[in-house]
Amino acid sequence: MTDTSVIISSIQVTELIDLVKKVHGFDFSGYTKASLKRRITRIMQLKKLSFYDLKHILVNDPHFFQEFLEEITVNVTEMFRDPTFYKALDAQVVPYLSTYQHSKIWCAGCSTGEEVYSLAIVLREAGLSKKSFIYGTDINTEVLKEARKGIYSLRNIKSYAENYSFTGLKGSITDHFTILYDAATIHNELKQNTLFSVHNLVSDNVFNEFQLISCRNVFIYFETELQERILELFYKSLCPLGYLCLGSKETIRSDSFKKKFKVINQKENIYQKIGS
Amino acid sequence: MALDKTVIERWHAADIVLFGGSAGSFKLLFQIVKILPADLNKTVIIVIHRKKNFFSEIEKLFAENSRMLMREIADKDILKTNTIFIAPANYHTLIEKDGTFALDVSEAVWYSKPSIDVTFESAAEVYGARCLAILLSGANQDGAEGLLKLRNSGATTIAQDPDDAEMGEMPRSAVDIGAAEYVLQTEEIFKLLNTKSDSPHIN
Repeated sequence: MTDTSVIISSIQVTELIDLVKKVHGFDFSGYTKASLKRRITRIMQLKKLSFYDLKHILVNDPHFFQEFLEEITVNVTEMFRDPTFYKALDAQVVPYLSTYQHSKIWCAGCSTGEEVYSLAIVLREAGLSKKSFIYGTDINTEVLKEARKGIYSLRNIKSYAENYSFTGLKGSITDHFTILYDAATIHNELKQNTLFSVHNLVSDNVFNEFQLISCRNVFIYFETELQERILELFYKSLCPLGYLCLGSKETIRSDSFKKKFKVINQKENIYQKIGS
Repeated sequence: MALDKTVIERWHAADIVLFGGSAGSFKLLFQIVKILPADLNKTVIIVIHRKKNFFSEIEKLFAENSRMLMREIADKDILKTNTIFIAPANYHTLIEKDGTFALDVSEAVWYSKPSIDVTFESAAEVYGARCLAILLSGANQDGAEGLLKLRNSGATTIAQDPDDAEMGEMPRSAVDIGAAEYVLQTEEIFKLLNTKSDSPHIN
């Protein structure tokens, strides 16, 4: 399955990072190198490219970069991944959101939208559909197109249904979809409260003020220094006492940010902004 | 090769020990975790296939029965000695050059996440000859390629004897591609893990 002949060195990874930054303006220098190396190797295998070919095509083929971006960033996601997180969110954060006339939520690194719609379902079940709005952002324009459609294969829905069953939410995940043949389309009512747009966590800035930011399984691809820069961005983007949700294996380790965020749920990595 | 003096010496010399297991390996790994002493002086990494919504029951069971410190790997954890690290379900576990773990949610490999191949390959790149890896029972081919990369990087590689394993396919795949320098019976694996570093001999 894996072509073991494709081997690139750490120096070549750095070389490619520099090239992409110079030619396309995307900065991957703060990304974790082990994963980046694995993704680059994967692209070379899929496209049957040597390292030299890869560099050449990155410079000379304007369409290839979009594809490269899609492959280099991991876009694997599921609805209700880590069901216990959604259970905790429902119990510990949703009551806070319901105190607002209208709450804004930012799902950063939303990929093809599964997490945005999972959040939308939690809010709908809590009767907050009309009182909330979710912004989904990603670095990648192609995945956002998929997210806007909100159409998922029935095969995936089956696995999401299992996740859903562990969340403690009422009913079934299929209550929120229209199913036709092998495709499941998320209900319009849920889509209406969402907006998907491009945002690069590495280079873009604050664009609104939020009551909740969810950024799950994105930090795992960033080195500590970049994580801290983005934590600062999130801190500035949250309203006082706003909530931040990270992935279930992503914790805030830096002492300065431990002072800025209170742990609400240790296991699920749910935090609340404290201070001003 | 079977259990000999060289492999025992290499077991003592290794400071990163990796175990990969799938179907039929759980009981074995449980026993292994139980016998490893608190002062083993090595970093142990376990990658075991399991379902995603298993709610960490394995980690709990292992932790309750282990004399070494036990930790389910989280993002950026530092590899520490005298600790057993277990790869979390629904993530791949990689190792960075600075001696920290990096997690990844990308596509399953051989229908598995965590994938043994991913962790083994990563360990080969960063630690090479400092590693000793044991591939146990399983019903698919995950781990074989990774074990081969470890072997090529100078690590000591061992497969559980496929005929002695509950599910032979996984160790057999490794043996077939020449990834396993040693093929050991279950009993021999325990004998190896039980040898005291001051007496490198077989009874």
